[in-house]
Amino acid sequence: MVATTDTRPMTNSLTAGKLPKNTTVLVLAASLLILTILFVILQLAGATDGFNYVGAIVLGVILFTVAMYAISLAVEGPRKATDRLASILVTAAFVLALIPLISLVFTVVTFGSARFDIEFFTYSLRNIVGAGGGAIHAIVGTVEVTLAATALSVPIGMATAIYLVEYGRGRLAQAITFFVDVMTGIPSIVAGLFAYALFVLFFGPGIRMGFGGAVALSVLMIPIVVRSTEEMLKLVPNELREAAYALGVPKWLTIVKVVLPTSIAGILTGVMLAVARVIGETAPLLIVAGFTSNLNYDLFSDRMMTLPVFVYNQYVAQGQDAQAYIDRAWTGALVLILIVMLLNLIARIVARAFAPKIR
Amino acid sequence: MNKKRFGVVATLATVTTLALTSCAANEGGSATPDGGDAGNESTLSGTLVGIGASSQGSAQEVWRASFQTANPDVTVEYSPDGSGAGREAFIAGGADFAGSDRALNEEELSGTFGKCVEGTSALDLPVYISPIAVIFNVEGVDSLNLDAATLAGIFAGTITSWDAPEIAALNPDATLPSAPITAVHRSDDSGTTENFAEYLYAAAPDVWTEEPDGEWPSAFGGEAAAQTSGVVDAVTNGTNIIGYADASRAGELGVAAIKVGEEFVEYSPEAAAAIVDASPRVEGRADNDIAFELDRTSTESGVYPIVLVSYLLACEDYQDDSVAELAKAYLGYVASAEGQAEAAEAAGIAPLSEDLSEQVASAIESIQ
Amino acid sequence: MIAVGTTPPVIKAKQRPGDRIFSAGTLLAGSLILAILAAVAVFLIVQALPALVADPADISGGEGFLAYVAPLAFGTVWGAIIALAIAVPLSIAVALFISHFAPRRLASALGYVIDLLAAVPSVVYGLWGIGVLAPAIVPVYVWLTENMGWFPLFAPPVSGTGRTILTVAIVLAVMILPIITALSREIFLQTPVLHEEAALALGATRWEMIRTAVLPFGRPGIISASMLGLGRALGETMAVAIILSPAAVVKFALLQQQNPNTIAANIALSFPESYGLGTDTLIASGLVLFVITLVVNSIARYIINRRKAFSGAN
Repeated sequence: MVATTDTRPMTNSLTAGKLPKNTTVLVLAASLLILTILFVILQLAGATDGFNYVGAIVLGVILFTVAMYAISLAVEGPRKATDRLASILVTAAFVLALIPLISLVFTVVTFGSARFDIEFFTYSLRNIVGAGGGAIHAIVGTVEVTLAATALSVPIGMATAIYLVEYGRGRLAQAITFFVDVMTGIPSIVAGLFAYALFVLFFGPGIRMGFGGAVALSVLMIPIVVRSTEEMLKLVPNELREAAYALGVPKWLTIVKVVLPTSIAGILTGVMLAVARVIGETAPLLIVAGFTSNLNYDLFSDRMMTLPVFVYNQYVAQGQDAQAYIDRAWTGALVLILIVMLLNLIARIVARAFAPKIR
Repeated sequence: MNKKRFGVVATLATVTTLALTSCAANEGGSATPDGGDAGNESTLSGTLVGIGASSQGSAQEVWRASFQTANPDVTVEYSPDGSGAGREAFIAGGADFAGSDRALNEEELSGTFGKCVEGTSALDLPVYISPIAVIFNVEGVDSLNLDAATLAGIFAGTITSWDAPEIAALNPDATLPSAPITAVHRSDDSGTTENFAEYLYAAAPDVWTEEPDGEWPSAFGGEAAAQTSGVVDAVTNGTNIIGYADASRAGELGVAAIKVGEEFVEYSPEAAAAIVDASPRVEGRADNDIAFELDRTSTESGVYPIVLVSYLLACEDYQDDSVAELAKAYLGYVASAEGQAEAAEAAGIAPLSEDLSEQVASAIESIQ
Repeated sequence: MIAVGTTPPVIKAKQRPGDRIFSAGTLLAGSLILAILAAVAVFLIVQALPALVADPADISGGEGFLAYVAPLAFGTVWGAIIALAIAVPLSIAVALFISHFAPRRLASALGYVIDLLAAVPSVVYGLWGIGVLAPAIVPVYVWLTENMGWFPLFAPPVSGTGRTILTVAIVLAVMILPIITALSREIFLQTPVLHEEAALALGATRWEMIRTAVLPFGRPGIISASMLGLGRALGETMAVAIILSPAAVVKFALLQQQNPNTIAANIALSFPESYGLGTDTLIASGLVLFVITLVVNSIARYIINRRKAFSGAN
């Protein structure tokens, strides 16, 4: 077969040794069709009860990959075949990664939409038993605590990363690098206990305040911010810095005006990852920020409810009318995801505004 | 600079959020829209803080809601952080009262309590009695009779099949499948596990050889699930599966009847309250310190032996008189027939018997 | 950066006040981190000490702290390794898809979609894992034990509820996938365009270009991103606590009813009801988690440092 392909007379020398454009689609359709027929036969033969969609799709894709590789190997040679194989695998991996995402989003949206109403956003849980009530107290708490934590950890984290990449030399920089690594391993509950112990020193036992939660969260956030910012700053080519120095720009201005804008998109991605990482924390917030059914705007006094604590508590402590609690839990989760999405969106707009226009 | 602008955007976002939601619709000075009567003029005000057992969580929710409705200027907080956390906070003075799945022990009582007047002690008040149901989900089986030894055997992993002779002997009419038993227990440290194990340890010591503890003995194996919700979910979604959970959460699931004396008893609020009445008080305690030594092996008729008794811990004498006033009012309401009935309806607890209710009420009356 | 002071006639760079303030500020931030960490460390050690020196019989389990923590440490590392083994290849592929395969217009939207996964709180992952994934995956587990039971990892008896360490590892993989993907993607996008174009100009296929230009450039970044993911997998609490059916065992089998628990989940499950020595024991186990992460991170640092040549800042 190889021989015949190679000796076939060519009409267009530019497409010589290349598969026609629609080969991929045709092969994919053919493989899925074959497997579908195979499974229908299996079903009719009684080997499986019902049509096995998962089996048909998975085996179909495997058949497609093998067939595509074989065809390409025969027509286009091994290098192109490897390229095609890589493309297929990368695309398949992407689709595979989407499956849990779609399932998750579908689950959260279906269950969460049940209570996604005005009452949920205007009521707290004060004096509410059973159905009804809302989570405004938790939403306010989460937004305030997370913003406070971000305000604490982003400056510290970014400055540290700048120090490590641009200034740091010797023992101190090594020590900081090392300890930032250690910090990524702090279990979240330990961060909560630490923040609680710290606040007890100043305010006496039983202290609960939203700001304590922010401190606990920043202990978790700082290493992520440092680590990702550091990585992004390192990627800024030295040529840019050298060009700035050559023009007589002071180092600090070079950093602020050249290095940071070049890497701002990556840095903000890192910050958003850090925010997303901590906004769903339950244990530390329960310990320091506390648990309440009432609305509280003040970060510096009294208990402050947060959404993850709300969701977890609604799931764990279901009352007699269990469905009402479960609905509230899922809606809380939905709102939490929406908040992170919103923050993410804002960060991207900001990033776009500051990033140099290169592409 | 970047940060500054980001900060502006973030601040704007916060301000908008806050402006949009200046106040929760159900809060504020006036009575709640569905709150019922705000008729009786209450002079109480302030905040009462409690921390403690998560088992009491949903009952506390009911009590707080009613109490706050009747006294609009009062806020009662109850964090379901766990009874260990509750006791620790109460002892350190971080909470005005605590919910605990066990009474204070001698060592704790001999120490000091942060919120109490020096030299005075704390009170154990049993206000939360809840039966623990043995829930099951077995194909073709609607009702199940078990005695202590069989139950212990199932959960200790010595009885592994549903058609084992021990189970068949107790259920002559049932068609038991010949399927392996999946026994689900709590993976977290809990008062429910401790009380369940206490019953088995007392009633079937030959089979259940491990000291009762909040944590499941690792020697016995079985499947584990987090929290009551996890166990209930596992039993609901599984087949040929058995577990134990707070009775209020049993719902539609099959519930086993437990052999007491010569009869099989299904859990009921009255039967659960009965075991507490049939049990002696812990010796050597002050009159108003009501701690029970549950008699799990009681053979009295109409008694359901697997119960969880959860206490509220309060000071004999609070340093702050306004806290004492609030605590007296709130605890008094909790222990009252009305409070107990409301929690029974909404959270599935077993109301205190009249006799016990009176004892608790007089203990609360003594708080200064 | 640039070796300013190495040429013989030392020309001292002009020190502007702005420079001094700025560098002092960053130094201060770095030192602050050291201070915070020192405080956390002191706090942890002081709290953990009673458990470490206590009579072995008093520790939960009765055989001392090491016997208590060993299965937990094993479960933590084992679960995280499986999760990482699933997530890293997948994340690199997804990042490559977004940065080099997908149409450019689609790419940023797709990136946003993947970032969404990072936004899902761990409680929700737990609820999803126990409510959707575990029941759905039981048939696969049954098939695996029946047909591949000879393989030690898939040894029977199979769990009837699907709440095994493999389910946990899959959920953990889904959780850390967006973290690794997002960072790898940014790094792949930073590959010098000249490198890529040079490779293509030499006749390389797209895959060959990626293999010779993009991946070597991004390797330290991928490792760094993986370590961040691993950090989360090691320390993940609520999702593991909700999904796993734990027991105090050490075993490699992935599909059984009794699975080794992780340190973080064990703390979450036992902490609320703990008191006295029990609390100290749990905090001491947190200290062990600390050490584990430290070792893992040191290994990663060592690998990255060996390949420093590719870093743009050097």
